[in-house]
Amino acid sequence: MPGTIAPAPSAPAPWEELVTTALLGTDRRPAGADGGPAGLLDAAALHTVRRRAGLLPSAPAARPEPAPVDPRPALPPAARRRLAQLLADRSAAGGPGGRRGTAPDLTELIPQWLATANRQGFRAPAALLPALLDAARARTDLRPPALAFAGPRGVWLAGLNPEWKFALRGSSGGSSLPGPTEPEAVARLWEEGLFAERVALLAAVRAHDPAEALALLATTWSTERAEDRLMFLDSLRTGLSPLDEPFLEQALSDRSRNVRSTAAELLSALPESALAGRMASRALSCVSPDLTGDKASVAVEAPHECDASMERDGVVAVPPSGRGERSWWLGQLVEATPLATWPARFAGRTAREIVALPVADGWAEELHAAWCRATVRQRDPEWARALLGTPSVPPSNGPGTASLAERSKLLGILPASERAGWVADFVAAHGLSEAFQILGVCPTPWAEPLGRAVVDALDIARDAGSYPWSFSGVMGLAERCLNPAEADRLEVLTTTPDEPEDASPGANGYWSEAFQRLVSTLRLRAAMDSELIPA
Amino acid sequence: MRTAGPVARWTVEQVLALAPDDASRRAGSKLGAAGPWSGGGCDGPGAVWGLCKGSGSKPYQTVVDITGPAYKCSCPSRKFPCKHALGLLLVWASDESALPPGEAPDWAGEWLTGRRERSAEKAERAEQLAADGTSAAGPADPEAARRRAERRAERITGGAQELEERLADLLRGGLAAADQPGYGLWEETAARMIDAQAPGLAARVRELGAIAASGPGWPVRLLEECALLHLLDSAWLGIDRLPEPLAATVRTRVGLTAPAEGPPVRDHWLVLAQYDTPDGKIVARRIWLHGRETGRTALLLSFGAAGRSPGLALPVGGTLDAELTPYPGAGQLRAELGRQFGVPSPAGTPPPGDTAAAAIEAYGHALREDPWLDAWPVALRDVVPVPSGDGWQLADAAGGAALPVAPAALSRPGLWRLVALSGGAPVTVFGECGHRGFDPFAAWSAGAGDDAACGTVQLI
Repeated sequence: MPGTIAPAPSAPAPWEELVTTALLGTDRRPAGADGGPAGLLDAAALHTVRRRAGLLPSAPAARPEPAPVDPRPALPPAARRRLAQLLADRSAAGGPGGRRGTAPDLTELIPQWLATANRQGFRAPAALLPALLDAARARTDLRPPALAFAGPRGVWLAGLNPEWKFALRGSSGGSSLPGPTEPEAVARLWEEGLFAERVALLAAVRAHDPAEALALLATTWSTERAEDRLMFLDSLRTGLSPLDEPFLEQALSDRSRNVRSTAAELLSALPESALAGRMASRALSCVSPDLTGDKASVAVEAPHECDASMERDGVVAVPPSGRGERSWWLGQLVEATPLATWPARFAGRTAREIVALPVADGWAEELHAAWCRATVRQRDPEWARALLGTPSVPPSNGPGTASLAERSKLLGILPASERAGWVADFVAAHGLSEAFQILGVCPTPWAEPLGRAVVDALDIARDAGSYPWSFSGVMGLAERCLNPAEADRLEVLTTTPDEPEDASPGANGYWSEAFQRLVSTLRLRAAMDSELIPA
Repeated sequence: MRTAGPVARWTVEQVLALAPDDASRRAGSKLGAAGPWSGGGCDGPGAVWGLCKGSGSKPYQTVVDITGPAYKCSCPSRKFPCKHALGLLLVWASDESALPPGEAPDWAGEWLTGRRERSAEKAERAEQLAADGTSAAGPADPEAARRRAERRAERITGGAQELEERLADLLRGGLAAADQPGYGLWEETAARMIDAQAPGLAARVRELGAIAASGPGWPVRLLEECALLHLLDSAWLGIDRLPEPLAATVRTRVGLTAPAEGPPVRDHWLVLAQYDTPDGKIVARRIWLHGRETGRTALLLSFGAAGRSPGLALPVGGTLDAELTPYPGAGQLRAELGRQFGVPSPAGTPPPGDTAAAAIEAYGHALREDPWLDAWPVALRDVVPVPSGDGWQLADAAGGAALPVAPAALSRPGLWRLVALSGGAPVTVFGECGHRGFDPFAAWSAGAGDDAACGTVQLI
């Protein structure tokens, strides 16, 4: 047995012999003076007690390197207890529970707790690191904040337990990236580093000096594998500027189709680029003011062919099955065209006015969808407003897009407060049944008037006798995103009123339970935040 | 120190350690937020109460007396403490504002007053007894009791003789036979020992059954344990010739429990560890204590019948000012909790601890009084957990000695808490040191600063 305590050296009696005799039996192999079993057991007992009493410590193995010092301040005691409780609940939660009851779902609060603790710059308590790493192992979305919080000791600990290997990935073994003052180290890491290290290095250099980053990338570009080229190119999305145009333009002739189309997409997000200009002139020949009628409208003449120069600029020639070639090409041209092109084309009209124009021959849906994609790509708030339209108008009658997925992308372009206001008006007008996705893009905690609109809508849904379980998604969001200060106002909703005649049976009890959980979760979040305020 | 509450609060870990099982811990955690609670409060002498909204219209009334701790709840649960009591304590532990100091409401006050009166009476009676120096609780008929004891001793003697014969048969035929599938000797023999009213012998026999299936090296371990069982049999059969402390140890090992009767020891006892182990149909709970002034280590043993957790629960890492009454025999580790003075405080001073070499030596010394000991409780000072092969060691930070971590501890999550707490630096560790290695139960960070402030880290 490895690691047993070494016996004392002075053990003259033949223990092995006793064991052999015991295995074979004294009938076959008589032992000791009398040869009987009692004598054997007496001798063995003496041996056993003597061996145990004479145990000595063993020689120590090589000690591990001590964990690096973590200079962050320790958690306040209350916050430490809270974390222990959140993690204990996680490990105790076995399988999907049935009814959720009135108590908060602690596991859902771990991400928020970690975000606040990381923002305040606290150090994780050593004894809770194993539970924290276990939590991060089970939920990948927890990993980045949990590992940031676990800090250097977390990485040190993970190095000793194969179950926590995930923590070592991407952390480049704890070593930091070379700084801009060490060009040789940068070049060496770029030549020899692991892929994740090189991506991190490129981003670091780019943040410091974009031109130098491109030069670094160019040194090895032609020898990189296609999937690596794609990832490096994709990393240029951060901090994209006209300086990148020559490099991207050259990548338009890349061997790999995915690299080519990514380069084209990035260039089209630069309105001043030559590619954007080429796409604009193509689009202008397709979309024009209709001069035939007496009222202003948009005439569309989709392209008849996709030539080699279009393909080089990233237009995909073959449409997905079920789509016409010409509308497919049109969409790609408009999507890559700078939005500033259109007011000039339509006699100085604003984005809102252009979007409101009727479109001839049923092209409206295609054209507006392409404008939406262009708006998201170019992050243009004015066009986003125009395409989102007025929140109170039913989505199907709106000017821009009815798709909630596209709407949430457009909302992402607007400033946070405007976003919350738009969603609040939408919720007030249409209730919550379609609001889940667009609520998800609102910054937390929800700013007013959004929080109030959601609470009012929940209240209305309850009074209308709706099935409460169809709102559990929004309820869950509200628990995590509502401003904790709303708790007092919500308290009145936690009572169980008389059941209306047309209500779903049992719904009221469930509603009141859900509101109780909402209130208690908000109270808990407020307590969590206040515990994490540095003394 | 915080001053918000009149009674020092426990930590969440301390509260969760009271839970009888995982399901209760989970259910209690869910109630550990202010949400379902109303009308709650706490008072100076150490009571906490609250109303918990359940599925019915009437909320459950939950009261906890921290000094016991003792629990009362109007719910029908047979768990003890129930999830409401745990939830209430969690609220109390984690949210200072949720349970304001105040006067206990009627429904809680009645029970509390009753408890406090009873404990005051008990204290008075104990004081009177101490003053009189007489034992009031003698058996009603000493002659009948003596005859009963004699009859039982005869039955045990019969059992020990039978066991000797069975061991002799086994050794005549060879231990190799014990490895055969369906070898039924152990269970049957254990049942015979129960009939002979020797539960200590029965438990050892049952353990023999597990050794044959315990992997490589089992013949050595089986011979060792058979030999020690034989030693115990012989000791019982010749108990008249043994000196008294050893005779008391033999009686305890065989399974004759004597009442705790040593002079009570009052001290500030730090609760080092509390854990449950299944023991047949009952659950045995072990609570290790360390006395600040006396330097003594003591073991409180309590049992819970099927489905119920043992009654006694103490907060790990807390300190209680109390009297312990030792049981006779076995190095006088086992004791009974007597009077408590005041409420437990949530912190404590770790035991001073010793080197690895001194720890294993202490086990060797303890074997002189009780050769059947598997391990001896010790604290190690300034040791570093070190990976070694498939296992771990606790190595002296200064010297060149190390103790292997016992195999049983290698699969417990507590081992990783110990490694994390150490971070490669010296820590103080309490546990049992024996022939299987060192089994860590609790640890303290040696460094000053906040990790030391978080107190006792439970490892089991």
